[in-house]
Amino acid sequence: MKQEGIIEAQQEDRGTTHQRKFEKVNEIIGRLGRSRSALVPILQEVQEEYRYLPEEILTYIATALGLSPASVYGVATFYAQFSLEAKGKYVIKICDGTACHVRGSNPVLEAIKKRVNLQGNKSTTDDLRYTVETVSCLGACGLAPVVMINDKIYGQMTPEAINIIIDELEKEDAADE
Amino acid sequence: MEQKNTVLIDGQVVEINGEKNILELTRKIGIDIPTFCYHSELSLYGACRMCVVEVEGRGIMASCSTPPTPGMKILTNSPRVQRVRRTVLELLLANHDRECTTCDRNGSCKLQDLSNRFGVKKIRFGERDVKLPLDHSSRSLVRDPNKCILCGDCVRMCSEVQGIGVLDFAGRGSQTVVAPAFNKNLAEVECVNCGQCAAVCPTGAIVVKDETDRAWAALNDPTKTVVVQVAPAVRVALGEEFGLPAGEIVTGKLVAALKRLGFDKVFDTSITADLTVIEETNEFIKRLQSGERLPQFTSCCPGWVKFAEHNGADFLNNLSSCRSPQQMFGSLVKKHWAKDLGKKPDEIFVVSIMPCTAKKYEAALSNMTTEGVADVDLVLTTQELARMIREAGLVFDQLDVESFDTPFGFTTGAGVIFGATGGVAEAVLRAAHEFVTGQPIEQVNFEAVRGFADRKEATVEIDGQEIKVAVVHGLGNAKKLLEEIREGKADYHIIEVMACPGGCIGGAGQPISPDRETKKQRAKGIYNADKLSQLRKAQDNPMVAKFYERWLKEPNSAEAHEALHTTYSNRGRITGEEIQLIAGEQPKVDIAVCVGTCCYLDGSYDTLQKLMKLTETEQVQDRINLHATFCLEQCEKGPVIKVDDEIINAVTPETVEKVFKEKILKKLAAAGE
Repeated sequence: MKQEGIIEAQQEDRGTTHQRKFEKVNEIIGRLGRSRSALVPILQEVQEEYRYLPEEILTYIATALGLSPASVYGVATFYAQFSLEAKGKYVIKICDGTACHVRGSNPVLEAIKKRVNLQGNKSTTDDLRYTVETVSCLGACGLAPVVMINDKIYGQMTPEAINIIIDELEKEDAADE
Repeated sequence: MEQKNTVLIDGQVVEINGEKNILELTRKIGIDIPTFCYHSELSLYGACRMCVVEVEGRGIMASCSTPPTPGMKILTNSPRVQRVRRTVLELLLANHDRECTTCDRNGSCKLQDLSNRFGVKKIRFGERDVKLPLDHSSRSLVRDPNKCILCGDCVRMCSEVQGIGVLDFAGRGSQTVVAPAFNKNLAEVECVNCGQCAAVCPTGAIVVKDETDRAWAALNDPTKTVVVQVAPAVRVALGEEFGLPAGEIVTGKLVAALKRLGFDKVFDTSITADLTVIEETNEFIKRLQSGERLPQFTSCCPGWVKFAEHNGADFLNNLSSCRSPQQMFGSLVKKHWAKDLGKKPDEIFVVSIMPCTAKKYEAALSNMTTEGVADVDLVLTTQELARMIREAGLVFDQLDVESFDTPFGFTTGAGVIFGATGGVAEAVLRAAHEFVTGQPIEQVNFEAVRGFADRKEATVEIDGQEIKVAVVHGLGNAKKLLEEIREGKADYHIIEVMACPGGCIGGAGQPISPDRETKKQRAKGIYNADKLSQLRKAQDNPMVAKFYERWLKEPNSAEAHEALHTTYSNRGRITGEEIQLIAGEQPKVDIAVCVGTCCYLDGSYDTLQKLMKLTETEQVQDRINLHATFCLEQCEKGPVIKVDDEIINAVTPETVEKVFKEKILKKLAAAGE
């Protein structure tokens, strides 16, 4: 039931969202200027919009800035902050640094993967709702094991706790829609 | 008495004379400091660290990027320098696929050469365990990222000299690679196949595609008549492969070698270069008289033609419609000469020996055929021919000279100078005056268009009219010129463009040569060959006159157009996806708006925005698909939009409403019924 609702909602907003995002890209380029030095800020803001950097948008930015697509691709792949693959609405980062690892980050990771139905090496769910990544250290070892969902930190995670948090997210989403 | 402006290099007092870096200074006094990433024609990069020297008080420094200051004490071969160099080499080799014996650059590889020179006997580090896939997609080049040492020479060559930027660094740290945009293949991006990246690559990371196997197969096929044509620039460079000095004219030995290899007929591309001059000059005079499609650009360089197709769509009408001499040759052989022999086009196998890698691509174009058979079956570069000569065991230096066969063997100096930058323009000038006035010119040498300056200009008077000529070589220079013409800052009647610096003599198929001096010697050889010619003007070639008599009637005739001319097509910069903007639930009309370079500059985004507003106010979003695309290949009249299959030019924000009402709403209304 719920899954169907999500897909429907996505289909509904496909038309207008693409248009709005593309307008935003042009607004960003217009505001930050078409100089070479504006490239990184432009990429940052564009990524905010799309949650990643789509190939065709990078080509478009290259055209607008008078750079070769290869150079823009070079910059986009150099920085870890940029992603060329579509990311989910929620990016779940689970810390697997030493402290988190010994306090049991692995069972938490498995629980997340199971919960959002991610198999094998895939990191993003097909419905583009969740991206699950492991990171080396979030700098909050006192709260180990730590999970970060978008900009929010959750400490002392357990497989049970993470399920409750994801329940909450889904509830909020359902309310929004 | 104190010498102020001097440095001490290995105990030797050396005066600084405007040298920009220590490297130049040491090379001046005959010390050859090793380098990978230093090229005098490219910007400083300072990445390879091979050129290190020891500066007293400052330690180990990269000599390429350190300016000499008075009083410096420099050691170029101290134990410390030796140790650092060897370590650098070892580290590079650790990341390098060391399959030297099967590498195309075996013997001409700088990494191999320097490892040998600096006595690297053992590599203490492990090997890279992940093999990256090779890129065989290009007709002309093969990329092997496993052999790349990340010196960036190709990256800078492509963007700085050629003005394109197909390649750049991607990724970071140990994951860094040199790759086209989005890790695509070379065939999917705006690569023009000039091969200058391969010419500067110090290793085998980018090489010319070797097709000698196909040549051997044809030579050993008894059902084929195998003919070969040789481009002008080959004869002044092939000798270098066999220890002869650059620029030495080896035409006689070259012909002899080809005959010994088993080619049935050996011909000279210069004769169809003469033919090109006649066709192109007549075309030019017509345009000059009508004042249309000027300036006229030359079209014999396939690298330039492809560049124009990607980046100069607004100038495609200005390109001469003449095929290149290589393709004219192939076309004449397959369309006409074959009939003389009583053979079908597929019974004759045409091989070209070219200084050029882009010629491989050109020969494979789908419109360069006769009865469905390629006009030129195989293009080999000078390098590949040298390989065949070596494989056959021919001692090049000891070959007795032989001469070209008829009918495609008799040439004039005009056809030969096609091999150097400025040559085509000069050959056309030798003809234009005579064609217009009927009077031959006395002075056939046009020195102003010769030489290696970035742009050469000349003004020639023909029948009271001033003709302004420009010659550029290196596509970066061509790009600048196109921009100036667009802005109205430059104005010429005829423009010669060669993709490679120096023209064809500097082509990427030529023997690997790192310095400009070699190219200068080759150019000198070309002009010497011209001087040695009895006939200096294309229109004096009696064989070419016979071609017209027998096959082509007259210049620019229907027959000549059929055999010797071609058309061009716009090409987008990159293959890839479109930007989806509106995806209607029940789309009845599909609308694409071009946001490629030309259209974008023409204001296609404003058109697009207006269009999106219109769809909103008319509430038709559900019934249309709208996307932004990267090239609709109609770049001369942007902004371009496409409604279903219909392409509409020049849709400005002012006219878009009309187009929307007349085309889109009507279609929707029709679909609604």
